[in-house]
Amino acid sequence: MNNRHTLSVLVENKPGVLTRFTGLIARRGFNIHSLAVGVTERDELSRITVVVDVNDVPLEQVTKQLNKLVNVIKIVELEPETSVRRAHVIYKVKANAATRPQVASAVEMFRAKIVDVGPESVSVEATGELGKVEALREVLEPFGIKEIVQSGTVAIGRGAKSITDRALRG
Amino acid sequence: MAAKPSTAKPTGNPPAATPVTATPSSIRRNTGPEVLTGAQAIVRSLEKLEVETVFGLPGGTILPTYDPLFETDKIRHILVRHEQGAGHAAEGYAAASGKLGVCIATSGPGATNLITALADAHMDSVPMLAITGQQASSLLGTDAFQEADIVGMTMPVTKHSFLVTKAEDIPTALLNAHHIATTGRPGPVLVDITKDAQTGTAPFVWPDEPVLPGYRPILKPHAKQIREAVRLISEAQRPVFYIGGGVIRSEAEKELLRLAEATNIPVVTTLMARGAFPDSHQLHLGMPGMHGSVPAVTAFQKADLLIAIGARFDDRVTGKLDSFAPEAQVIHADIDPAEIGKNRDVDVAIVGDAREVLAEMLSEMRSKFPKALERQREPWWRFLNRLKQTYPLGYERHGELCDPQYVISRISALTGPEAVYAAGVGQHQMWAAQFVEFERPKSWLNSGGLGTMGYSVPAAMGAKVAQPDRVVWAIDGDGCFQMTNQELATCALNNIPIKVAIINNSSLGMVRQWQTLFYDGRYSNTDLNTGHETIRIPDFAKLAESYGCEALRVDRNEDVDAAIEKALSINDRPVVLDFTVPADAMVWPMVAAGVSNDEIEYARGIRPEFDGEGEEEAEAAIAEAGEQEDGTVRSVAQIEGGLE
Repeated sequence: MNNRHTLSVLVENKPGVLTRFTGLIARRGFNIHSLAVGVTERDELSRITVVVDVNDVPLEQVTKQLNKLVNVIKIVELEPETSVRRAHVIYKVKANAATRPQVASAVEMFRAKIVDVGPESVSVEATGELGKVEALREVLEPFGIKEIVQSGTVAIGRGAKSITDRALRG
Repeated sequence: MAAKPSTAKPTGNPPAATPVTATPSSIRRNTGPEVLTGAQAIVRSLEKLEVETVFGLPGGTILPTYDPLFETDKIRHILVRHEQGAGHAAEGYAAASGKLGVCIATSGPGATNLITALADAHMDSVPMLAITGQQASSLLGTDAFQEADIVGMTMPVTKHSFLVTKAEDIPTALLNAHHIATTGRPGPVLVDITKDAQTGTAPFVWPDEPVLPGYRPILKPHAKQIREAVRLISEAQRPVFYIGGGVIRSEAEKELLRLAEATNIPVVTTLMARGAFPDSHQLHLGMPGMHGSVPAVTAFQKADLLIAIGARFDDRVTGKLDSFAPEAQVIHADIDPAEIGKNRDVDVAIVGDAREVLAEMLSEMRSKFPKALERQREPWWRFLNRLKQTYPLGYERHGELCDPQYVISRISALTGPEAVYAAGVGQHQMWAAQFVEFERPKSWLNSGGLGTMGYSVPAAMGAKVAQPDRVVWAIDGDGCFQMTNQELATCALNNIPIKVAIINNSSLGMVRQWQTLFYDGRYSNTDLNTGHETIRIPDFAKLAESYGCEALRVDRNEDVDAAIEKALSINDRPVVLDFTVPADAMVWPMVAAGVSNDEIEYARGIRPEFDGEGEEEAEAAIAEAGEQEDGTVRSVAQIEGGLE
């Protein structure tokens, strides 16, 4: 966790941009911990939120390289103290009539939500900081987790400032 | 954001032979922009971009574009024999002229054959545009005939690339491509254009300017950084200019000359920067690195300040990185921010165009540190001049056959500095970098970063097309020559009279040299059988003659001058001189790969002397240099380390 960095990257909304982006990271041998891509408030722009495990010096190098990509408009590193970051996860947990109440109570404590119930399993949806969803996972593990799906982390800076505005002003 | 399949309607793929004729007059309107086919728009766009020459080879998916190309009298198309030749010719054209080099190929193998040249241009920052045909957009991703995802394949080796699937997008793509290739740190840009985009029609609208929100190269250096750099320069006792190819690309040679002369600071020019500073100038120390001169390599090792301009601290220059220039502070100016601090930590980082950086350094120096301009740095120069005298470039005479270094120095002497010299990769490249006397930028073309064997002949061809009034030499090796010599046909047929000097040692010489030095003389697969006492397959003279060239074999030093003079007298066809040289000749000086530059060998087993008599003198010189002109003395410990 100590070398984990979250980059918020504003890119042109064009085919192939994600390939260029991830290709460059792969070439430097960095592992992408999580990746989320989506629309922004402007049609012509997309945002990539990427979490990479890397030391500071190579991070600076890869950030400079990414900045050289013609389709990349702006890169901002979001620090934990000054940003809000969320991941969305769904766990499919083994649960029968006997264990279901225990699972439900764990879910309750984490303010997560049961979104599907079957005779042998329940599916639990949770949103939050990576730490929170991982803690929930630890609690659910003893029941038996059959499947995990997790979104990439999305993150936004705290306060009124917008990266998009800053990028397009300059 | 994700790559989505093209939404263009399937148009079918017309038979490859269907020629696209000029715009039907029925579509042409009296008002509004002229309607052109995509193919015509490509040609019109190239005309607008003032492209005068393109190198290419047609095929099915680029066929529509070759039809209007046939008509235009503003663009000369040179039909190559292999697409790699088109790519290197575009590079040579660009490197010799400073203008954009353009090549065209069809889809699939045509496009993949360009990849080596694209990678080469990417490493050496050559402004180059590659236009490739592509299968119809409806067939993309179906493994159609001659389909290759060339945009995907070339992403790591291009500055940028475009896939164009609609005729109306062609002018913008080409304008943007031109802008990206030629500005900032130059590089290759690929524009892949589907066949239906070429056959489709659209009103031709030429954009006012490129629109690239994510592309803003920084040209103007930050004043604060310039001030800080100049302060370091004014304080330095043993500064050296470390000049890279960026100085040539930005045409900053005059600014460099002015600053170097004003400050009396020695200049080292890298393999990519040969000619950025005149070899004959007394401030010049030669080339650094693996086969650099003793004065250049040693100057770096003993310097207290490196002023790196448009250079990238390549491993072939630094040797073992953590012992490179161990006492030096570093000023690193480059137009590409990603180069600064990539390999070596810097003390002052300057992002900007080399020309502006050098000009501003001088004006800042004049206004803020005028006294520093009077400094002569005599002890430092005494030390360097002694190195220059003791360790000049030299070579051992073989006696029987031509000496490769002699051949190259005679080519240089008899042809002069106004010529262009293109080399392949290997021993002959290093000898050419060492023994040609370069006096002007853009006179030396080589594959520095990628190290592409076969670069020389097509690059020389491109250079000769760009600069028809200059003599253009391809100094090539027998291995390299066999990789791209088919372009001699292109030269002979298109009146491109280049001169080729094959330094024929009958082997992959540089690899052989390493086998001699590091593999106990076990010559695994390096013998090419083209030279002395071999079967001589191929016979280069006969081969060249069959390509319509004048050809001559030269076996002895005493015949070298006459052969070169004969080559210089022939201008109606290419000339190939096959110089027989011994396979055992080696490139010296040498710093073996991965070791410290302190381990430089002047010749095999001979290291420059910094002990005994030499040591005292050098130490005295450097210690003296340690005495600052304001009277303060630097600590001895700071100075001593460099003499080990």
